Amino acid sequence: MKKFDKERVLLAVAGPVMALVAAILLTSVVLIASGKSPIEPYTLMLEQIGYSDVQVLIINQASLYYIAALAVALGFRMNLFNIGVDGQYRLAAMMTAVVGAHMDLPAFLQVPLLLLVAALTGGIWAGVAGVLKVTRGVSEVVATIMLNAIATSLIAYLTLPDVFGQLVGDNKTTGIMKESGWVPGINLGADVGEIYGLVFLAIALGLVYWLVLNRTRFGFDLRATGESESAAAASGVDAKRMILTVMIVSGAVSGLAGLPLLLGDAHTYSLSFPTGVGFTAIGIALLGRNNPGGIALAALLWAFLDKASPALDYATPEPYEKEIAMIMQGLIVFAVVISYEVVRTWGLRRQQKRVGEELAAAANTKKEVAV
Amino acid sequence: MHALVGENGAGKSTLMKILYGMQKPDEGTIAVEGQQVSFSSPADAIARGIGMVHQHFMLADNLTVLENVVLGSEKLHGIGGAARKKIKEISDRYGLGVRPDALVEDLGVADRQRVEILKVLFRGARTLILDEPTAVLVPQEVDALFANLRELKAEGLSVIFISHKLGEVLSVADEITVIRRGTTVGTAVPSETTPRQLAEMMVGSELPTPETAESTVTDQAVLTVAKLTVFASGGASMGTEAEPTGGITLAPEGGEIKRVLDDVSFTIHAGEVMGIAGVEGNGQTELIDALIGTKNADSGTISFLGEDITPWPTRKRRESGVGYIPEDRHRQGLLLEAPLWENRILGHVTETPNAKGFWLNPKGAQADTRRIVEEFDVRTPGIDVTAASLSGGNQQKLIVGREMSHNPKFLIAAHPTRGVDVGAQAQIWDRIREARREGLAVLLISADLDELIGLSDTLRVIYNGRLVADADPATITPEELGSAMTGAATGHLEHVEEASAPEDEAR
Repeated sequence: MKKFDKERVLLAVAGPVMALVAAILLTSVVLIASGKSPIEPYTLMLEQIGYSDVQVLIINQASLYYIAALAVALGFRMNLFNIGVDGQYRLAAMMTAVVGAHMDLPAFLQVPLLLLVAALTGGIWAGVAGVLKVTRGVSEVVATIMLNAIATSLIAYLTLPDVFGQLVGDNKTTGIMKESGWVPGINLGADVGEIYGLVFLAIALGLVYWLVLNRTRFGFDLRATGESESAAAASGVDAKRMILTVMIVSGAVSGLAGLPLLLGDAHTYSLSFPTGVGFTAIGIALLGRNNPGGIALAALLWAFLDKASPALDYATPEPYEKEIAMIMQGLIVFAVVISYEVVRTWGLRRQQKRVGEELAAAANTKKEVAV
Repeated sequence: MHALVGENGAGKSTLMKILYGMQKPDEGTIAVEGQQVSFSSPADAIARGIGMVHQHFMLADNLTVLENVVLGSEKLHGIGGAARKKIKEISDRYGLGVRPDALVEDLGVADRQRVEILKVLFRGARTLILDEPTAVLVPQEVDALFANLRELKAEGLSVIFISHKLGEVLSVADEITVIRRGTTVGTAVPSETTPRQLAEMMVGSELPTPETAESTVTDQAVLTVAKLTVFASGGASMGTEAEPTGGITLAPEGGEIKRVLDDVSFTIHAGEVMGIAGVEGNGQTELIDALIGTKNADSGTISFLGEDITPWPTRKRRESGVGYIPEDRHRQGLLLEAPLWENRILGHVTETPNAKGFWLNPKGAQADTRRIVEEFDVRTPGIDVTAASLSGGNQQKLIVGREMSHNPKFLIAAHPTRGVDVGAQAQIWDRIREARREGLAVLLISADLDELIGLSDTLRVIYNGRLVADADPATITPEELGSAMTGAATGHLEHVEEASAPEDEAR
């Protein structure tokens, strides 16, 4: 049955490739329409990959995106839309920063403690939406969006100087974390930078994600629920418990998303901590087809567009707007949704047809043998 | 009136899809009234006067008949008085008896079917395609449907009729085409053909009969249900979706919550097949849900091998030996886009060979899937293809194989051979009989009365959520059963010449 395997790989690749090609073409149309070269921005951005400091920036940024996208993908696998990854991520990063600034254990205890705080905070925050859905039937989409807004206000309150905050200049921070909680990175020299140590956490989470989904009973139940809720219920999946569990786990993973940056570089939660990572992650999870390998590639692509695009501003003789990268990201998400559905239905139909043909062929040979 | 018969996967549905423009032919031509045509969408087919009545009705429950009929063809006669007049006119002309302002959710299955027929006539169809129209009807309703169809025929319309029930085909069709493996294997004129000949043409083998051999009923009770009552759910919650409640159901009276299952009690013994007859929507779905545990009983008890399993979750019930062939295999029995071996895991994820403790065991599941494919004659090129790419009969054989592989003590078989070809039907019956000999208790729910009568050791009739009648499958006829299914007869049904069955005052 190698044929069907090969075909599955082909189908899996066809969707994203089609989407990327469509996005690049449409972006070029935008460039032409605004009277710019439709080629040069790409070459300028691609040149950036050659610089090792940009490479480090891309990898570091991708690790945040990757963890957040895994959190989104986990929900997607059972048709749960955790749109609150952003709130969970920010709240968890802030809580971790606060704990890290006030507790000072030896590093081998401090770091696990901080990871736990982040996961718990994210899990509890998402769990609120889970409980609401299970007990009151509130759509998790609405609940998590609301929780994002509440998280923003909660963070604003908790970072007030008379609560946990410290004013540094006019930036509200949570104070510098104790050094035992810093995770050392891989230092590649002063002019190149440092790869966050927790990039490895991202990789490990990707492996665990794959293992849990594909090799455990829990993962099977989760996927079955996503593929057919009614079939899963008939097979004995307790839908409510499943929803609650997945919301909490998704939230816990979201909570970890900010840690590579927090423990590796920032060491404090401040107004300049990146926001919107959770929303970006939705697009990344979509592009990566909820598959850990695909998400990794998508996260790297996104990080590349983020980190290579500033170079457009400094292009000579004529600068380009770096927002081109944003247009492209938007178009990718747009194209991805369409191309995946097209490829999916096409693939299903094609397989149905081929199975029919093979059976007919088998029947014919049998008949010939009989004759 | 032209009938099309053939095994499942023989290509009937594909042919119909091509005729209705849902799929494009690779070769060959279609001619309508002598004119060669090519359809790229159902709209083209409709424009050419071809209309399709699907097996699963495509009606919006919360709209009226009028709204359903005009939906999508508002341009024809508007959405107001003109459309209502037109509906009345069509209804009267063909004796359909459709009320334009009734809500579809209040209509029974037969009425809904008439709305579907009216819908295609409203769009100007001259050729009607009916896909297994009798599958959901009781014998009396089938007769009424055939009367309607003859009316249409008399008006000069053509009807293409797909059915598995060969007796019906012979009684109603003017000409029969038999297809097998995608080609026409013969045509027949009903007056010169017997059902047996027709079936042999379809499969090239003997017509199977669902007769059970000697009784294997023991006195060991496997499943005892006592005073089971289930109320209609107020709203759909995640996981336990509200089932479409078709058929004849009572509207809630004066704020009282409707009982979809009302005081149901029965016992099934080891080696016994208990058949439940009933028009769909009279509580069968709720009964299954209560037994498998997807919806819990509101009162009453279910005990299984002496243990009270009423509060048990579905998974525990399945682990302890309740097998389940669901009524809608696409919605409840399969993950259509997952490979066959993952479907083999579905429902038995905690059991060997699918799992080792916490972990899945893909190798074990794959090996066992190959065994099932082999033993149950599931026709597939491999176990990595998606379930959706198999024909209905082969999907069902996979499900039966899966459920039988875990040595169930009690099997819920809901429409085990619905939409399944004659060959697979015989195999599935054999499997059920075989397991019954080894002491399996079976609850058989089916719309196929011949199957019910042939396979069951005892028969019950469900009407309006109550078990209203029982019968001896050895003597009862489908017609007698049919009248009890409409609520006309209750109590113990006795096969007597021209005499009335003992009538109890039910409600």
